[in-house]
Amino acid sequence: MNVTLKIWRQKNATDTGKFETYDMKDINDHMSFLELVDVLNEKLEQEGKEPVHFDHDCREGICGSCAMYINGRPHGPMKGTTACQLHMRHFKEGETITVEPWRARAFPVIKDLMVDRSAFDRIIQAGGYISVNTGGVPDANEIPVSKDIADEAFNAATCIACGACVAACKNASAMLFVSAKISQLALLPQGQVERERRAELMISQMDAEGFGACSNTQACSAECPKEIDMLNIARMNREFLKAKVGSRAQEIH
Amino acid sequence: MNFESKTPTGPIAEQWTKHKFNLKLVNPANKRKYDIIVVGTGLAGASAAASLAELGYNVKSFCFQDSPRRAHSIAAQGGINAAKNYQNDGDSVFRLFYDTVKGGDYRSRESNVYRLSEVSVSIIDQCVAQGVPFAREYGGLLSNRSFGGAQVSRTFYARGQTGQQLLIGAYSAMSRQVANGKIKVYPRTEMLDLVMVDGKARGIVTRNLITGEIESHSGHAVILASGGYGNVFFLSTNAMGSNATAAWRAHKKGALFANPCYTQIHPTCIPVSGEYQSKLTLMSESLRNDGRVWVPKKEGDKRKPHEIPEAERDYYLERKYPAFGNLVPRDVASRNAKQVCDEGKGVGETGLAVYLDFADAIKRDGRDTISAKYGNLFEMYEKITGYNPYDTPMMIYPAVHYTMGGLWVDYNLMTSIPGLYSLGEANFSDHGANRLGASALMQGLADGYFVIPYTIGDYLAGMSYDKVPTTHEAFKAAEADVQAKLKKLISINGKQTVDQLHKKLGHIMWDKCGMSRTAEGLKEAREQIKKVKEEFWTDVKVLGTADELNQTLEKASRVADFIELGALMVEDALQREESLWRSLPRRIPDTRRGSQTRR
Repeated sequence: MNVTLKIWRQKNATDTGKFETYDMKDINDHMSFLELVDVLNEKLEQEGKEPVHFDHDCREGICGSCAMYINGRPHGPMKGTTACQLHMRHFKEGETITVEPWRARAFPVIKDLMVDRSAFDRIIQAGGYISVNTGGVPDANEIPVSKDIADEAFNAATCIACGACVAACKNASAMLFVSAKISQLALLPQGQVERERRAELMISQMDAEGFGACSNTQACSAECPKEIDMLNIARMNREFLKAKVGSRAQEIH
Repeated sequence: MNFESKTPTGPIAEQWTKHKFNLKLVNPANKRKYDIIVVGTGLAGASAAASLAELGYNVKSFCFQDSPRRAHSIAAQGGINAAKNYQNDGDSVFRLFYDTVKGGDYRSRESNVYRLSEVSVSIIDQCVAQGVPFAREYGGLLSNRSFGGAQVSRTFYARGQTGQQLLIGAYSAMSRQVANGKIKVYPRTEMLDLVMVDGKARGIVTRNLITGEIESHSGHAVILASGGYGNVFFLSTNAMGSNATAAWRAHKKGALFANPCYTQIHPTCIPVSGEYQSKLTLMSESLRNDGRVWVPKKEGDKRKPHEIPEAERDYYLERKYPAFGNLVPRDVASRNAKQVCDEGKGVGETGLAVYLDFADAIKRDGRDTISAKYGNLFEMYEKITGYNPYDTPMMIYPAVHYTMGGLWVDYNLMTSIPGLYSLGEANFSDHGANRLGASALMQGLADGYFVIPYTIGDYLAGMSYDKVPTTHEAFKAAEADVQAKLKKLISINGKQTVDQLHKKLGHIMWDKCGMSRTAEGLKEAREQIKKVKEEFWTDVKVLGTADELNQTLEKASRVADFIELGALMVEDALQREESLWRSLPRRIPDTRRGSQTRR
């Protein structure tokens, strides 16, 4: 098949950047989308031109490295699929495919399709953990957890921190990412001790990073390659409220 | 050279306890005077960084990814073994030890493996306390499943994403220490050399992958948890960035390598579909429980699978191994698939695939039952290949998955360079010649959470607190070397791209140092690799400069090391005459006796 790639090229963080167009001929439709970019890069290198820089690593849809809009949608047109797992058979013969880096103030562009997502790391550092040291913990079966709760915590924990939720949101809100972690730990008995503090700290770091607010359009969940549920955002809001005005907060103050 | 394993004496079951008591301690107040460098943030690196920081050491953690959470441990699917015996089915520390040693063809260091089995139980406790959402039963207790090479159910799992959940657990523990100011993380930073002062590892030289800056980092000890080197083969189930550079550069500084040619080739991967293929994807081995492996009896039969009548199909595993059928061990399944394809009976466009057919299982158990067992795997297969395994047989082919070889370490996980440690897949000690399923995650976390925090103190207790400044001549010399090498790569300006040369190396390794090896083939490979190396250093094309973000330069620097490591793997394979499947002479028949099938 033949397609045309329209790719965002930007030399560095300060460059204004622009689209470049590349004709891709006789490509195999079993190829993945990133393999198509590989083929383009081989061609560019042979012609002495700089290849397209993009983040990618596992190519199995789990590391969360790849991050790009394909035809205006984070990770492209397929539901529940990262860019690395998207294959050319899902495109039409002769189609023009537009590729851009995440667009969000909190994710500045580094080069071409690469952005800086370290804001996510800082949010986790603010409180996305259970404060236990190695060793001295109870036996793993000491605290039973109902299967439903464990499964729901797992569903939230499948987040790969790719940033598609932020990219999909018109406000560049990170609430789906943050709420997934808050939910996972708030659901599990092990996470109870720091539950309120965690919600407060993570949300305040999220705000400090310059992410926008949630206006419930649900685009984040629709575009999430791991299909993280919107319900997590409701849960996060409740956690935050409880932390601020809940019974435990009142007991202390 | 000093080559002492430091294995404790006495009964194996008491060695670790005794050794822990004998190890020197660093007083809590003095730990903050020591700086430890950890390269890699997979299960081994992240768990080590977090645990050492909790003890009070100052940790500097390095990864080439944009975040520590993306290390390739994240892609492990199956699960993690632990001798908890929660299922009351006869498991014990000794049984896990026994299975692991036997599975590794008796080529692992037994004292290390016993310790691994011993601490496996604490790993599960630790992960649960961190909030890792393992699979559970309705009663609320943890669920287990069985896995290859074991007759008990001791594998803990989190759906098909166990590696992800364990890594995020270790990453969270690390993140907490970053907030505490005990860990400084250097993401998008690659180690390019080891720095030694007075014969001891005292630091590393790195390249900042965004700015291209060459930087020096000084410490009292260096830990390499930089993973395996399956990407020597170009195509493997490793991540695109997985590389051997940290380990290889340490090797060049004198850290010995052990068993480099021990490579695990996994039988059930999605086959290569064309020259553009960038990596391979593993499909869980559990598929062989219900799928039947076959190829057409006739060479070059291009008919569609459903057009080939039953009588013209060769269910070769069932035919050759009636007792095991499709459940033969990994190595036998892999080797036979290659054999039938070499005979021209392979299927698919490339002829490098065999069928894994579920038609009989669906007829027997119904579509719903098969879907409940394998639904997510079938979906994944369809996503990648575009074919629906309910209607047409899957196509599979073996692929390089794990490297058991690595840096030689003693019982304390120290390499042959004092102060340089190696953890996880990067070392050689625990899996012998073959790793059992669900044991890689166990080893990574055992090394990081429960071994290195004890053993490193023994070394540091004998060290002065003095720091070596990065202005020291050893740092300056290493920086100059690194810079010269990068400059050289850019200046060649030849005609072949890095990937072209990497693919050449991969083809040689796969053909001659992969599943079947002959002395003749290995000798050819030796010459061919020499030629690839020569071509690489005279004809590689690396655009751009070293002072900027340059992904081609990153690849080139890693491939240069893969070429040298590939040559060492071939050399190692040539030395081995035992009928071990990693280096099995091509014509030795499969038997149920003898080391090559003993697992």
